[in-house]
Amino acid sequence: MSEEKKIPTRPLPKLTELDTAEFWRATKNKEFRYQQCANCGTIVWHPRAHCTGCVDGDLRWKTSAGQGTVYSYSIVRLSYHPFFRGKAPYAVAYVDLDEGPRFLTNVVGVDDPGADVHIGQRVQLQWEEHEELSIPLVTPV
Amino acid sequence: MVSQSKDAAIVGIHEYPSRDVEGKVNALQIKAASAAKALADAGLNWSDVDAIYDAGEGAPMSGLMISEYFGIQPTVMDTTGVGGSSYEFHTAHALRAIREGKAKVALLTYGSTAHSNAMAIGAGGRGGGISPGDNMESFAGQTLIANYAMVAHRHMHEYGTTSEQLAEISTATRYHAMRNPEAVQAMTDLEFVGIQETTIADVVGSRMIADPLHLLECCMVSDGGGAVVIASADVAANCKKAPVWILGTGEATKYPQNGGDLTTSAGAQSAPIAFAEAGVTAAEMDIAMIYDSFSITVLTLLEDLGFCAKGEGGAWVEGGRLRYDRPSDGPALNTDGGGLSSNHPGMRGIFLLLEATRQLRGESTSQVADAKLAIAHGNGGMLGARHSAGTVILGRN
Repeated sequence: MSEEKKIPTRPLPKLTELDTAEFWRATKNKEFRYQQCANCGTIVWHPRAHCTGCVDGDLRWKTSAGQGTVYSYSIVRLSYHPFFRGKAPYAVAYVDLDEGPRFLTNVVGVDDPGADVHIGQRVQLQWEEHEELSIPLVTPV
Repeated sequence: MVSQSKDAAIVGIHEYPSRDVEGKVNALQIKAASAAKALADAGLNWSDVDAIYDAGEGAPMSGLMISEYFGIQPTVMDTTGVGGSSYEFHTAHALRAIREGKAKVALLTYGSTAHSNAMAIGAGGRGGGISPGDNMESFAGQTLIANYAMVAHRHMHEYGTTSEQLAEISTATRYHAMRNPEAVQAMTDLEFVGIQETTIADVVGSRMIADPLHLLECCMVSDGGGAVVIASADVAANCKKAPVWILGTGEATKYPQNGGDLTTSAGAQSAPIAFAEAGVTAAEMDIAMIYDSFSITVLTLLEDLGFCAKGEGGAWVEGGRLRYDRPSDGPALNTDGGGLSSNHPGMRGIFLLLEATRQLRGESTSQVADAKLAIAHGNGGMLGARHSAGTVILGRN
């Protein structure tokens, strides 16, 4: 048995998942990309290969300016996940980006998540860098 | 009231009594044992079953193996698996198959050893899945409890709902659980602390698990299972117990959408369909069997099912209104003790049908006098993300 302890890591997205791979590849450059249909205008989130608003969709990638608002949140105080159990308490939130996509993320950069995160709070992207991609977290503006 | 069609009825039920099988029984064995007891309850046998419904929790490709395991030769097979509400969907599909003349006796079963397997359902890590949705979300470490908690926070934000109001759900179900010996045994076997009736203060004073949800607002993780036998009217006429008619059903799904309303579930779609088919309204329900994975699930669903307006659920449940001994105030909630205090092995939907049937037969341990109508509403998946809603309206002769 190795003496080395494995340090648990954040579960990272798979770059092999076909609908979302292009989003994750762009995060390497700290770009938050989303899709809009040039035909019907629908903003499609999560990313996927087809437009959900029309059957002759023409999806184009756009890049968010990275500003948004907390729609709802919770503070996780109990997790059995090997990485997250050591992070508790931490904030998970649905964030509405100003361009429309609502995504699930963590609110970071707060002293006391239970007191410092609230619905309606303005936040901005804060990237957590990894080898092949970056994770889009948010922090209060 | 419009004329109700009485084409199919629940004629046999069984709830597997143990919530802790200590690894000595597996999910398939729980399903088979429950099926045999439910068929016996109806006065039927394996050979009478011509339609099988299975959510796939016992084995992969269950459509190919479950009939062999039971030793039956069905000509209708349905493996709809939409999480905890699968059994309400199965009931809807069985009603349609029987109406069409494709089946006469439908068998629904459930078995799970979630407790024995130490499955970390509520606070475990999500992810591992490779669906595109999961691939966008699993990095955030949102536990299942936190997902529901986000619904609660938004509900509080929009409507001023309080933790004390949410706690009413927990105290009412515990009140019923203490009258159900199987629920008391379940809490004992699962080593609950403080197996007694609870107060609002107890609930809001319990440990915070995922803000704003406290420990006593979260369901248990048990072993367990059960079975339901549904039969055509002609078969039902010769069964041992009085039929519990399936008067109406509704199905729907919902998922995260840009700009969507987190405080409204798919139940707002499925319930009106079911009530319209049954020709009755929420106000007429004597019994409300509503999937209580968490306190907020019930509060949200009471609104979506039409018991009160959206946003008014908090005030509506105040003062112990949901107890079985307050029938003039509206329906009794989860009179078996619910997932919060009696039975939740991961997919609770079948138990909603079981207790609703017991009430309409007069067999509940928290019996509402002369109960005539019941609603069983299952929520599968996650209330604050992708989920399914199955509504079933039941009535007795």
